[in-house]
Amino acid sequence: MRAVVWIAEGSWQACVDQARAILPPDTAVTLLHVAPGDVEALAEGARRGLFGRHPPPPPPHGSIREISDAEAGRLLATARERLGRECETMARRGRVEREVIAACAQADADVLVLARDGERKLGPPSLGHHPRFVVDHAPCTVVLAWAQAPPAVETIPPPPRHRP
Amino acid sequence: MSEVVALLALALALAASVARVRFAPDWAVAVAGALVLLAVGAIGLTGVGHALTRFGPTVGFLAALLVLGDGCRRAGLFDALASVMASFSHGSARRLLAIVFAVAAATTAVLSLDATVVLLTPIVFATASRLQLGSRAPMYACTHLANTASLLLPVSNLTNLLAFQAARLPFARFAALMALPWLTGLAIEWLVLRLAFRAELDVAAPQDAQADADAERRPLPRFALALLALTLAGFVASSTLGVAPVWVAVIAAAAITIGVRPRPAELVAAAQPAFLAFVLALAVIVAAAGAHGLSSAVDALLPHGDGLLALLAVAGVAAALANLANNLPATLIILPLVSASGPGPVLAMLVGVNIGPNLTYVGSLATLLWRRIVHAHDETVDIAEFTRLGALTVLPALVACTAAVWLATQVT
Repeated sequence: MRAVVWIAEGSWQACVDQARAILPPDTAVTLLHVAPGDVEALAEGARRGLFGRHPPPPPPHGSIREISDAEAGRLLATARERLGRECETMARRGRVEREVIAACAQADADVLVLARDGERKLGPPSLGHHPRFVVDHAPCTVVLAWAQAPPAVETIPPPPRHRP
Repeated sequence: MSEVVALLALALALAASVARVRFAPDWAVAVAGALVLLAVGAIGLTGVGHALTRFGPTVGFLAALLVLGDGCRRAGLFDALASVMASFSHGSARRLLAIVFAVAAATTAVLSLDATVVLLTPIVFATASRLQLGSRAPMYACTHLANTASLLLPVSNLTNLLAFQAARLPFARFAALMALPWLTGLAIEWLVLRLAFRAELDVAAPQDAQADADAERRPLPRFALALLALTLAGFVASSTLGVAPVWVAVIAAAAITIGVRPRPAELVAAAQPAFLAFVLALAVIVAAAGAHGLSSAVDALLPHGDGLLALLAVAGVAAALANLANNLPATLIILPLVSASGPGPVLAMLVGVNIGPNLTYVGSLATLLWRRIVHAHDETVDIAEFTRLGALTVLPALVACTAAVWLATQVT
């Protein structure tokens, strides 16, 4: 079996723990990180908006792209350590939701593990835009992990009052 | 004939700035354009001299501010701000956005939008990534506030500096009149960003990421902070002391240069001489184009007077012009037409040219169009979100900030 685990900031630990708990030991695991392309474009766009002011040499931390690549590598390494078994890592950049689908197709994945990233209150907003798209379009089985503890059964609202 | 040449020179200078081709840098195209206008008689030596004496001090002021900003970077101010932001966040994306908002607003107001875009934005990105808190909300805050938070002081934006010199307002009065519009703009940005990114702001940083960030804490450079405080005090007191504020900036730039000792080449690079030449050449070109019909054409669009409706119309025309080309030529064109009508219309124009560029992520529709042509197959950039956020903030902010300008001019 081949599995892709989507490592996203803020919720990756839940994904890795879920993968560790449910994936059989012989699963070929790929840890995937996708850097949003628009953040880099935003910074570059703002520099262009300065109109003729030629940018000074890059600050000591490097360009947005360099920082982004370094942080993605660091996050994937930490996630690999937490997973505690042999795995591949994959770093991509672009439209996040589409890149995740493309990565699943490329890895010929049977399972994709991802975490909820939406609002804490339950209902449709508990899934953000990107996971919503991925859940709808993933070319494989999707495992949706809770980033926090799952809600208690008592949180289910009473049934609507219409007659059966 | 002269008016065609003048408009052509203006269009070429703007096109060179947008396209950024290596063999025709914008400053060279602008300087060549100004020389051609002089050669064909579209502007006389007196006209050139007038434009240079009018804008020369502003350009000198700008050079001093650029050196001051770069000196603060060398003194470690922005690295220290990264530590402050990381430790203040306590691992919460919501707190990180709040501190980024405050730091970006203050940096823009005191050290200008250039410092926020060029020096602060990469550091905010690195901080958010390091804390694993998601970088989109803080990055949108930085890029939006670089424009919106540049309303407060004459030194916050080159457009303000041009208007401040032209309107001959004392520094403290400019700041007093713009305080309410500035706060109004910040409030609108805060509400929209908090709502737009509410899902992403529920994230908490892993404890070890926060601990790593806390361990790397760097102290704030006292020298740079004290110098900035003294500089601000100097600006505010300048009119009382009878000193032109440009000299306060020059002294501050000299002090930071002595403090951080850059190499001479680095000092020259920090002042960005090519850009300074571009501004002066563009001022000459706009003066020529203005004398040959451009001013009267724009003047026909502008209402006269300082009532609320007139101010709203000035802000609207300024925002439209800033979006068509960019805010610098928009300011150079509109400023001579409104500066006689008192501070209200001048400040309303600033609301338009400073906030208007938030409509697109590259500051103007011309640049956006160019990028769409060049990157026609680039699928990585989703500009829909920026444009949506731009529309959500720019229109209410234009109206509310202009109303605040009107109110401030009525009260004080």
